[in-house]
Amino acid sequence: MPHDPAQTSGRPGPVPTRVVVTGPPRRHRGPAHRTAYRPRTEIHEQTTLGHTYVRSLMRTQLRSALTVFAVLVALVLPLPLLFAAAPHGHALEWAVLGFCLYPPLVLLARWHVRRAERHERDFVRLVEDQDR
Amino acid sequence: MNESYAVAAVALVVVATALVGAFGLRVSRTTSDFYVASRTVGPRLNAAAISGEYLSAASFLGIAGLVLVQGPDMLWYPVGYTAGYLLLLLFVAAPLRRSGAYTLPDFAEARLGSPAVRKLASGFVVGIGWLYLMPQLQGAGLTLKVLTGAPGSLGSVIVAVVVVANVAAGGMRSITFVQAFQYWLKLTALLVPALFLVLAWRGDGAPARAFDEPAAFREHRTVRVQDTVEIRLAEPLTVTVHGSVDGRPHDGERVALPAGPHTVEAGARLGFPAGAEVPVAQGPGADGDAALSGSGGPTGQERPLYATYGLIIATFLGTMGLPHVVVRFYTSPHGVAARRTTVAVLGLIGAFYLLPPVYGALARMYAPELVLTGNTDAAVLLLPDRMIGGVGGDLLGALIAGGAFAAFLSTASGLTVALAGVIAQDALPSRGIRHFRVGAVTAMAVPLAASVLAGRLPIADAVGLAFAVSASSFCPLLILGIWWRRLTPPGAAAGMLVGGGSALAAVSVTLIGHHPTAGVPDALLAWPALWSVPLAFLTMVVVSLATPGRIPPGTGAVLARFHLPEEIGGAAVRKEDAA
Repeated sequence: MPHDPAQTSGRPGPVPTRVVVTGPPRRHRGPAHRTAYRPRTEIHEQTTLGHTYVRSLMRTQLRSALTVFAVLVALVLPLPLLFAAAPHGHALEWAVLGFCLYPPLVLLARWHVRRAERHERDFVRLVEDQDR
Repeated sequence: MNESYAVAAVALVVVATALVGAFGLRVSRTTSDFYVASRTVGPRLNAAAISGEYLSAASFLGIAGLVLVQGPDMLWYPVGYTAGYLLLLLFVAAPLRRSGAYTLPDFAEARLGSPAVRKLASGFVVGIGWLYLMPQLQGAGLTLKVLTGAPGSLGSVIVAVVVVANVAAGGMRSITFVQAFQYWLKLTALLVPALFLVLAWRGDGAPARAFDEPAAFREHRTVRVQDTVEIRLAEPLTVTVHGSVDGRPHDGERVALPAGPHTVEAGARLGFPAGAEVPVAQGPGADGDAALSGSGGPTGQERPLYATYGLIIATFLGTMGLPHVVVRFYTSPHGVAARRTTVAVLGLIGAFYLLPPVYGALARMYAPELVLTGNTDAAVLLLPDRMIGGVGGDLLGALIAGGAFAAFLSTASGLTVALAGVIAQDALPSRGIRHFRVGAVTAMAVPLAASVLAGRLPIADAVGLAFAVSASSFCPLLILGIWWRRLTPPGAAAGMLVGGGSALAAVSVTLIGHHPTAGVPDALLAWPALWSVPLAFLTMVVVSLATPGRIPPGTGAVLARFHLPEEIGGAAVRKEDAA
């Protein structure tokens, strides 16, 4: 049974009357509200619309992860070739592999976490806003 | 070198581990405590525990030894061990935690709903775990042997007993404290001596020979060869010889050796002049103790690029499939905490990995003859005595020895917890605490027997091979399972069998047979990740697409649970549980 926050919090009225909800919520709403989206409900009931929401979140997160992955690949993949080709390859290799590569790894990780958490917050807000 | 300090340090670490474990025991009461520390471990404690568990014998001793033998190419190992966590964070961390499963087999079953795939995953978890445990036990044996001359298996037995006692008594809760404690212990044990060693190096006039290729003797040094080795000289070299070289006995005279291979009999002493290049050992001696010179090709010679790329793929992608790493993520309270934990882990292990290269570089200057005598894994342990000496050197050496033991104990503990969980759930009838204990004993008994019976196995090689198998079995399962709707049980099973199976076969050939000589086929066997990972992904995708009817019915709901934030996904989980 889907619950409706509008029932308990958002409904204006002169006297706060206690209403026992026994039936489908649409009984209390005007016909204008009939078509309102309820993403949370849709997701939980696994309707096609709910799947679309989940898919969109997955796609955003995957795109975000792949971006960071692409940066990592672009950073790391040329290095062995560079060490083999550069005139002072070995000294460069000591410096880069021994020291310089770790800070970018941590920064990439922080960047990704920030973006992933933001996507999730946005998603939660989207779902809860439309739920009202 | 004074042994008593080192023995005291090792004993102290063992006792402290048992005590911290006992402290955890007091708060460890329920079955959930045993398996996942009741899922209440916060990011900071959990990150220290993950790092403590992850920094194994291969990190503490192996990397410096590898760098000593093979030069800076080997620094790809620590980079890969760290970057593996970035990939884990990008593709796996939060969904894995939200999957609500405890082990990799649990994940396979939750995602695909197939008992057969679950059994297969269990098999791989146990195989990878054993492959990873063996070198830990052998590293412990080696450390104790180098420090005190004790028989090689004594250290292995000590580590095995302490770990099983701790795990069986306290489970995950107690191990979490032990490992968090051991991260800081290990960091201290490498950092403090490193500071003194660098000061000693500066006091020595800061020579920069470490970065030369190949390693060379800084001063006249006499090397005693323990086992018969075949050495290869790049240039003619004049050495003083006591003992037998190339089948001819010598007694202290100077011998001019032409370039090329020479056989040095066991017990021979060679006096090298200052500035001489350190020759490359490649005989049975190198196979035995020197262990690490195995798969990468000899010193001074360029490693082929595909070997480097094979190493990169195996370590970058293998981390996410290691059983002891994955279990730790289930102890986070939620997906967001799992992500933040991973970032903290990256910082902690990144900081740690700044140190082994320092030891590797110093070992190339101050202990290059280890390449010949075989004990390259002991380079970290021997440097303080070699560079500082006296009581100070002994104390620092003891600190390193204690840290090394912490490394064996913590990684072995983590692996044992993970394996015990899988064995208890999939091989024994119920999930009770008693079965967890039986699982813990089983998890340790097999690799202990193998390491005692089978003798030496290269530390970093074996670990590297465990990474390769993990990268070609669990990495595709996790990534496709989390991000691809059309994965089917037959596809997952086929991918794991073909990828992981072929990597395992290549690993077995490498380990059983002699170390590979030059040549592409051998290198492909030694670095299977290069072809087995793409093969595993390809098989999984193709077979899944060929069996579209077998997509599990609940896939949409399962993926929703993996990806939705807890405040939304939580209700979906409850709904499903009720159904």
